[in-house]
Amino acid sequence: MVGIKLRQDLLEQLEKVRSLVRTHGNPLREVYLDLENSGLVFEEALAALHEAYRIHGNPSITHRPGWRALEVMLEAELGLMDLIGAGGGEVVFTHSGTEANNLAIMGLAKASRGRRKIIVSQIEHLSVKFPAERLQEHGFKLVEIPVDEEGFIDLDHLADQVDDNTLMVSIAAVNHEIGVVQDLRAIAEVVKDKSPEAIIHTDACDALGRIPLDLEHAGIDMASFSGHKIFAPKGVGALYVREDVKLEPILHGQLSSQRLWPGAENIPAIAGFTRALEIFGKNFDEYRSRMRRLRDMLIDGIFERVDDVVLNGPRGDRRAPDNVNMSFLYCEGEALTVELSLRGVYVSSGSACTSRTLEPSHVLLAIRRSYEVAHGSILMKVSPMHDEKDIEYVLEQMPEAVKRLRAISPKVVM
Amino acid sequence: MSSRIPLPYSPKVLELFRNPKNLGRMDDANAVATAGSLACGDMITMYLKIDDRAERIIDASFESYGCAANIATASLLTEMIKGKSLREAWNISWKQLSDELGGLPPIKYHCGVLAVGALRRAIRAYYRGRAKPDWLPDELTPDEKHALEEEELMKILAKRISEGGRNSH
Ligand SMILES: Cc1ncc(COP(=O)(O)O)c(C=O)c1O
Repeated sequence: MVGIKLRQDLLEQLEKVRSLVRTHGNPLREVYLDLENSGLVFEEALAALHEAYRIHGNPSITHRPGWRALEVMLEAELGLMDLIGAGGGEVVFTHSGTEANNLAIMGLAKASRGRRKIIVSQIEHLSVKFPAERLQEHGFKLVEIPVDEEGFIDLDHLADQVDDNTLMVSIAAVNHEIGVVQDLRAIAEVVKDKSPEAIIHTDACDALGRIPLDLEHAGIDMASFSGHKIFAPKGVGALYVREDVKLEPILHGQLSSQRLWPGAENIPAIAGFTRALEIFGKNFDEYRSRMRRLRDMLIDGIFERVDDVVLNGPRGDRRAPDNVNMSFLYCEGEALTVELSLRGVYVSSGSACTSRTLEPSHVLLAIRRSYEVAHGSILMKVSPMHDEKDIEYVLEQMPEAVKRLRAISPKVVM
Repeated sequence: MSSRIPLPYSPKVLELFRNPKNLGRMDDANAVATAGSLACGDMITMYLKIDDRAERIIDASFESYGCAANIATASLLTEMIKGKSLREAWNISWKQLSDELGGLPPIKYHCGVLAVGALRRAIRAYYRGRAKPDWLPDELTPDEKHALEEEELMKILAKRISEGGRNSH
């Protein structure tokens, strides 16, 4: 009986979503800017994935296909180490950035003897924030460091909090919502000065390929990465762990070349990841300036064409080259994502309506945006695969979309 | 039930978002009320034109600040009440709205609650200074209380933020 009901529910959902796609229709032009929630993919990375699907082997087994699979993993490890300026240590391949962050935080907590304090910033991705919060149920103390109105960490506050009880400090190199680029080296200096044994982790999912990374020089112990953020196929993430950092596995099983992440490795996606790393590495400067140009064209263009807009996060080189996050006052963000979708422009919002808790983005609230401003926020990311024509199209559609929703809105004086 | 998060929208919601009915301010309305607030991220204003003799709704319109589900519920409600007596309109529940829209998921219930809240507030406003009919309760109905609670909750959350006393959950 239960099975039949479940099947019925699923069929209804399926019919609903098919009908949504059908009635939505195909816009004449489409510009996908929701790279925060799911990345594009390089054709070359897809080709590498296809090719690696023919390998079949599991890298922990001693036969030719196994060694071929191991070759793929080692190439990926080397490629990542080079691009992030890693010193000694290892790379653990997971299946997403979320998994890498969970491993870093839960795995370190499991291995810790004694130290009980975990420090994160107020603007971390939920895949850092939630595991850190969870650890409070296991006797850990969580401290959230505030940021200023652009999103920069308060270093004095951080210095005050680090002590001999501090197990780890986790602060993202680049924030996923507002693109603020933190000074990792300064953070590490503050932390190590107060407690040389505290471990520093950075969620670098949005930093890879966007800003130069030199983890050894910056004094970083662990860093997380996500494949789809650099336009590798989905299904691959990675955690870099310096050699003297002790982690315990948080998943248990067998048949893996990796002690810290058991289960069959996603060899094809890892091969695609290597290819994407190569592409970002080879074109690093060109991609950066291209993204910066498109980003500023989008920001400046919106300011020119739409009134009552605010930019969330800093400008210039202190902001990631791909990130655009703007709030459209008197306009609710989720409605705007639907309106833009009908026009073929795909974005996301930090409005409460898009969350599951009815609270707007914790990042926007932490930079002291009011509820109204947070509800009207739209997040867009540009990539080297976009061009000026894409941005021009967005700049045509955006004012119209905002105008329509503002016209619907009750006129109140705020 | 599956633990998958249900779809927030049905095709009907998308259609009403695209082509809402009865949109816009009404200058000759004789009852107006708003529920929700900008801080909630959800606000609906209802305008009613009422035939005083028959106590019947001749025309209805709305303005909305909120998500697509919010716009769709308000549009649907204004369609449903046109031509109805105030008493009939009073008895429409948010659950009915949700069913008509193909079932709003729990995270969007408040959209229905706000639309019904705004309508009932407008009806109460109409009878202020007029003889109150028997069917209109003195006490707030559960749906109205629900709308008030939504507003209060948002006020508290917004206040907590503005005081900087934020806490993790
Ligand atoms: C900063 C940051 N951390 C972690 C993640 C999670 O990565 P994934 O989507 O691979 O789980 C993302 C991506 O959405 C991110 O932007």
